[in-house]
Amino acid sequence: MATKKKTDWSKDVFKVLKKADVQQIAYVPDAGHTSLIKMAIADNAIKPVSLTSEQEGVAVLAGAWLGGEAGALLMQSSGVGNVINMLGMANECRFPLLMLVTMRGEWGEFNPWQVPMGQATESVLEASGVIVHRVDEPSEIAETVEAAAKLAFEGGRMVAVLIGQRVVGFKDWTK
Amino acid sequence: MAARRKITLDRRKVVGQLLKDRGDLLLVTGLGAPTWDAAAVGDHPNNFYLWGGMGGAVLTGLGLALAQPKRRVLVMTGDGEMLMGVGGLATVAVQKPSNLAICIIDNQRYGETGMQETHTAHGVDLPAMAAGAGFQTALTVYTAKELSAAIPVLHSQPGPVFIDIKVTDSPQSMTLPPRDGPTLKHRFRENLLGQI
Amino acid sequence: MAVKSKTPYTLQRRKVVQRILEDRGDAAVVTGIGNAVHDVASANDDPKNMYLAGIMGGAAMVAFGVALAQPKRRILVITGDGELLAGIGSLATIGVEQPKNLSIIVIDNQAYGATGNQHTHTGRGVDLVGIAAASGFKKTALITTEAELEAELPRIHNQPGPYFAVVKVVSKTSPRINAPKDGTYVSRRFRAAVTGESA
Repeated sequence: MATKKKTDWSKDVFKVLKKADVQQIAYVPDAGHTSLIKMAIADNAIKPVSLTSEQEGVAVLAGAWLGGEAGALLMQSSGVGNVINMLGMANECRFPLLMLVTMRGEWGEFNPWQVPMGQATESVLEASGVIVHRVDEPSEIAETVEAAAKLAFEGGRMVAVLIGQRVVGFKDWTK
Repeated sequence: MAARRKITLDRRKVVGQLLKDRGDLLLVTGLGAPTWDAAAVGDHPNNFYLWGGMGGAVLTGLGLALAQPKRRVLVMTGDGEMLMGVGGLATVAVQKPSNLAICIIDNQRYGETGMQETHTAHGVDLPAMAAGAGFQTALTVYTAKELSAAIPVLHSQPGPVFIDIKVTDSPQSMTLPPRDGPTLKHRFRENLLGQI
Repeated sequence: MAVKSKTPYTLQRRKVVQRILEDRGDAAVVTGIGNAVHDVASANDDPKNMYLAGIMGGAAMVAFGVALAQPKRRILVITGDGELLAGIGSLATIGVEQPKNLSIIVIDNQAYGATGNQHTHTGRGVDLVGIAAASGFKKTALITTEAELEAELPRIHNQPGPYFAVVKVVSKTSPRINAPKDGTYVSRRFRAAVTGESA
């Protein structure tokens, strides 16, 4: 099965991020975030920050908030493993942190190496004090991100939206 | 690899000289001794001290510099902290923030954990790594004369600039700044933005 | 941002990896996640190949551990630019430790090929060769042509290391080659092959 409806929800999520006044978008690429990253780069009011490792993003967004801007961190579930210690800073300082995580290692995964981190993602985030919103229905992604952004920026919390692999689609390796 | 030269500079004096004429500089310090150094030479609401988040000082400075393009941002951190997030140099170099300066107070030791040697004690050359990442200015400072020349670079040369200041590993008193994260964040934002 | 299809580079990643591995002798190979797995598998599925289909940023350190354990054998890392960037601090660790038998080969397409071909830092001024040299690698090389590759092959396989090369390749997707992906199987097979002990 090929990837389906890859971009539809991305447009709505991008609108939500704009409405939340997100000005910095830090990312390590994932196929599921392709459209969102393209929109971030194309938007002159957004500073896209390409990272070598996801932990950098937690620190960048801490600095963004200190400087008066809001940001979002995009990553794949494998990247959640890289951010854990750095989350301590956001947690202790009550920095708002909005993370959009596209899931691997679950629905229809073909790569066994993705499974351990994918299966641990939710509990590892929760153990680190992150509020987790999970979404598996494409039509609910934008409203979930909107709620998460509010909780992050106004409620002053670390919030992760986990976008299920069922939504992102299988990785199609036959092409 | 950098040639080995004699190290004589005292970290506390170096930091005192660095911050003497700070103007409206925004300062981010990495955990451990650079945080104590900054506090020892004078606590300031424009200081944001990291007490954790090892490897995150340079990236925190990057986010701040992007959000405040008209203000000079200085990241002052240690060699061990820098090494833990060294990929951040590539991320900074790609962004090219002209208002960001990075200064490593390099005692070649993990000072808080028993003075174990870091990689910089074994030939790893952080300014050369920064240059490889794309920094146009990346210097090593060994002497008082070189330090005097480096200070204006840190404060006003278009960035990103990277300066590694080699200091002795002689122990210093621990001067502890406020450590409550929300307090530090609110103080910094209130002073900068007029809001918390 | 997708990488523009026109780059100044002409080398094909798969041919490069196949050429390097033609001369591998008894070398052990550790691959980074992504295209490098398929490149190495396309040359020959050798039991002395350790395919890492995960742990982005970990290939160089896995290979370093093998290099310490197998000091008489050459250990090659074949990985991508994005994978290496995710664990770039490991170059400093390897630079300090100076393993003589380790060669790191970065197949640099300047893009995250597995996730939509977004630019990596290497397409925007980051010089991995310079960073490796700054980290203390004994010998480093930038390879952009077939002639340079041929000239460098003896060093890749024999130069007292740690050795580091970046091979600039065109950013073009190659067909996927099925490498064994069960980690337990691959790692046991590898261990048996390099130690001579039974799996």
